Amino acid sequence: MSAQIFPRNANAIFLASLFGLVMLIVGTIAAMVGFYLSPWYTDVGIAKAQPVPFSHKHHVSELKIDCRYCHATVEKAATAGFPATETCMSCHSQVWTTSPLLEVVRTSYQTGDPVVWNRIYDLPDFVYFNHSIHVAKGIGCSSCHGRIDQQHLAAKAQPLYMGWCLGCHRAPEDYIRPREEVFNMEWDVNALSLAERQQLVVEYQIPTDGRLTNCFVCHR
Amino acid sequence: MVNSVRKSFFTRVARLAWLPLCLLLVACHVDMYDQPKYKPNDVSSFFPDGRAMQPPPANTVPLNSYNPASPLMTGRIEGQLADQLPPELKLDAALLAHGQSRYNAFCAPCHGLVGDGQGVIAYRGPLTVPSLHSDRLRNAQLGYFFDVITNGIGKMYSYASRIPPEDRWAIAAYIRALQLSQNADVALLSEAELQQVRAGR
Repeated sequence: MSAQIFPRNANAIFLASLFGLVMLIVGTIAAMVGFYLSPWYTDVGIAKAQPVPFSHKHHVSELKIDCRYCHATVEKAATAGFPATETCMSCHSQVWTTSPLLEVVRTSYQTGDPVVWNRIYDLPDFVYFNHSIHVAKGIGCSSCHGRIDQQHLAAKAQPLYMGWCLGCHRAPEDYIRPREEVFNMEWDVNALSLAERQQLVVEYQIPTDGRLTNCFVCHR
Repeated sequence: MVNSVRKSFFTRVARLAWLPLCLLLVACHVDMYDQPKYKPNDVSSFFPDGRAMQPPPANTVPLNSYNPASPLMTGRIEGQLADQLPPELKLDAALLAHGQSRYNAFCAPCHGLVGDGQGVIAYRGPLTVPSLHSDRLRNAQLGYFFDVITNGIGKMYSYASRIPPEDRWAIAAYIRALQLSQNADVALLSEAELQQVRAGR
């Protein structure tokens, strides 16, 4: 009888390492998916530094200034409209006129050079999102932007994955609200029953035949 | 013989070993995410002032968007402030509701929700905001409010770039409603409305 090359426990080691290899592959994939969904990758909830430490909480929640005062084109145009320095200065030529925090704004108003803000929501260039149609059809600011009225420095509230967009395009009745409440940050979708929301979908003529999930609705 | 067959098989497989690499490489392409085109508010390395959205040259308007003879655009009829809505707009509840939403968004921060000049900015700042409920403003022409929104006055900036002309007229109409709300003649009320007032509602 020739000598055994492998020791007696080789079978066990082989099975254990086979199991370990499978777990390693599964674990790596799970870790990658987890990373892809996590704020490390999506930036959700991570506030960015800005040239001026503008607080939405102060202006929206405490001063009760309407979203449209600064984002004036949100009902008419694809973009909500980033406020011009003139908009800031409409009030800050009168209040907080000597604050060092606003030096950047005052300089911009004097020289005409724009303040360069850091973009929070950056959609891929192959997505054609239009604010005005969503506002007109009763989708509120907070549906995508979260409780921005509770944030000092703004942070992303949604990862903007396509599946998330489609969730609403497939079932708008889960997110719709009356047009008058679009700019109401405190509105709770469940304030209306499902039947009432379905009624709104009909009233606002939102197509429910699947057209909203066609590729070309967002990718043109 | 067996060896050479096995060898050529392995060489063939080895030659294709780069294929899985392609999977990695295609996943790294993001040039469709950031295409060489401008979207609103982008930064530009092409224009000297660094912005993709170029401001229009001074004293220009988009083609066919402005008519200097139209009261809708200027608030004036033959140079005089208009005292009624331009013919393009019809005074109805929808216009007033629209004006109310614009007023509350753009005017109320300073002028207050009822137009008493006690808005939140007036409260926090060292400025006095005139009430809309003075004899001077009750007797002002409707076009005066349009003109002030368009051109600004005193410490108030122009809102022409933020509020389109139709909305300015809607706000002006709503200001008239606000003025009536604070200065209504009791004789104009119906019996039902009188009872509401007496009930404190």
